[in-house]
Amino acid sequence: MAVTDAPRIVTARLHHEDSHTLERFLATGGYDGLRKALAMTPEAVAAEVDAASLLGRGGAGFPAGRKWSMLRKAPVTYLVVNGDESEPATFKDHLLIEGDPHQIVEGTIIAAYAVQASQVFIYVRGEFALGLERMQQAVNDAYDAGAIGNDIFSSGFSVDVVVHPGAGAYICGDETGLLESLEGKRGFPRIKPPYFPAVMGLYGQPTVVNNVETMSNLPWIILHGGAAFAALGAGRSTGTRLFALSGHVRRPGAFEVEMVKTTFRDLIYAPLYGGGIRGGGELKAFIPGGASSPWFGPAELDLALGQDEVQAAGSMLGSGSVVVMDQSTCLVRVAWRITKFFARESCGQCTPCREGSGWLERILYRIEHGSGRAEDLEVLLDVCDNISPGLHWPPEQTTICPLGPSIPPSINSALTMGRDEFLVHIKEGGCPLG
Amino acid sequence: MSHFTPETRTRAQQLVALYPKPRSALIPLCHLAQGEDGWLRPEAMEEIAELVGVTPAEVRGTATFYDMLDIEPAATYRVSICTNVACLLDGALELLAHAEARLGVPIGGATHDGTFALEEAECLADCDFAPCVQVNHRFVRAQTADAFDQLVEDLGAGKLAATIPPHGTLQRVARNRGLVVDPERVAAERAAVARAQAERASAQDAR
Repeated sequence: MAVTDAPRIVTARLHHEDSHTLERFLATGGYDGLRKALAMTPEAVAAEVDAASLLGRGGAGFPAGRKWSMLRKAPVTYLVVNGDESEPATFKDHLLIEGDPHQIVEGTIIAAYAVQASQVFIYVRGEFALGLERMQQAVNDAYDAGAIGNDIFSSGFSVDVVVHPGAGAYICGDETGLLESLEGKRGFPRIKPPYFPAVMGLYGQPTVVNNVETMSNLPWIILHGGAAFAALGAGRSTGTRLFALSGHVRRPGAFEVEMVKTTFRDLIYAPLYGGGIRGGGELKAFIPGGASSPWFGPAELDLALGQDEVQAAGSMLGSGSVVVMDQSTCLVRVAWRITKFFARESCGQCTPCREGSGWLERILYRIEHGSGRAEDLEVLLDVCDNISPGLHWPPEQTTICPLGPSIPPSINSALTMGRDEFLVHIKEGGCPLG
Repeated sequence: MSHFTPETRTRAQQLVALYPKPRSALIPLCHLAQGEDGWLRPEAMEEIAELVGVTPAEVRGTATFYDMLDIEPAATYRVSICTNVACLLDGALELLAHAEARLGVPIGGATHDGTFALEEAECLADCDFAPCVQVNHRFVRAQTADAFDQLVEDLGAGKLAATIPPHGTLQRVARNRGLVVDPERVAAERAAVARAQAERASAQDAR
């Protein structure tokens, strides 16, 4: 079982009871990275992050340094930090927002300096009441400490940070949906092109949107150098990453592990991490990267936790959440619940997503609850194929945002892994697992 | 006539001034109004509209998109139980059924005295404590039927009032720095944004 000796980069402080306070933060090297960054040129800061080859930790895994370099030159630019974590079974940002908000502030100001942002918005999911309070307290305290506001640490660089509360909508995790929400509108994702907020973002101005875990890595990268970060992990997946492990494991939790050098088996079975299947059960399947990712089975356990490695195996690391299902799990029920989630959270702009999600949810519901029909499996696949033609991976994009094409993979996975289970449901008129 | 108290109105104006465009304060102002009234009263939506420069219908149309904003009176304690995938695997449907029986309300309903409302939630991002339960968007970690019963008892007896404010109050820590914004800087920034947008519009017209 490989547990590497990689340093803890984003979770170093979390074992302290008062990890969210300014006192603890300053006593444990807090804002040293920002001070160092402010003594460098913005270009040098960006170059360091580029050298780290830090991939965005939100879900899409786009290189952070490249995102910054795409920022269109303009007098007014914005930095928006995405803390609207709502992907099913993902709870790493929640941990960082409540546990180490100053680290997010520090990373955020480093990023704001690198891209010379005019203003920063930290968008925190509305359901995180405590997180919002901790984040706001951190920003208030950071102003007093001279880390935000005018002439930060006497560097001549000034920037304001606004903590912005969400109000309950999964779709606002999509970066253009988030920008609409931040503009005070319904969180409807924007039609592309323009593809990147770096060209046209908040109020039509060039905008960088980065995830809170991405920001949390920046202080370490500046203090220890991009090369030290890039030395961890392998290939394109450098550094460590915070994985949220849930489901039928002995020790569910968020674990920071070295990328690529760690496998799904390590994460699920190592005593330091998941500790194996609860109650001595057998692994049936696991979801490797959020509700939109195709599922894996025991055969994929030795796959490395790397973005390209998982992509090549036909799924994705996505938001960094791993859901473990033991042999007692009804795959029909899991597919139904995930589909119900998408049906509920579809913003309704695009027909395939709005209509398809509802139809699929109702068909799966009737199969699970005993009214399934013999032709239902064909209908499921047909509707899925209408949402994302070909049902291949990565999915064909047919809608404004990726939510629609994210619906078929879990249904397709459940059908591929457990077609017999579906048939038994239909034949016996109900769920054999109770 | 203002629906907000003078203090709340000042607070609202401070929030508006934080943003390059007033409309961005729409959702924060909705939270502010809910903190005052427990829900979004029509009068509050009208005042928000005036403060951010849109119509009351636009405020309502935006608010109804978001699960946390209520355009009807809401119960004091909103109990949210997640049944999404991680919680589903840990008995969330059973806990939800128990909650329905214990509170005597169906999912989406509220008790007659307006104390409790029960909702089936989507993932609340606390999956290592599944099934995940929130009261007024505060994590309470009542994972079993017994723990849930204790929670309801404690809430009813007012034992948790210090940690769980009534529904509508989201943040008890308010921004208290950088509120005195330089009007010239705000004006300059807003002008720059407006200029850029005008340039883009004329460029599009030219095409």
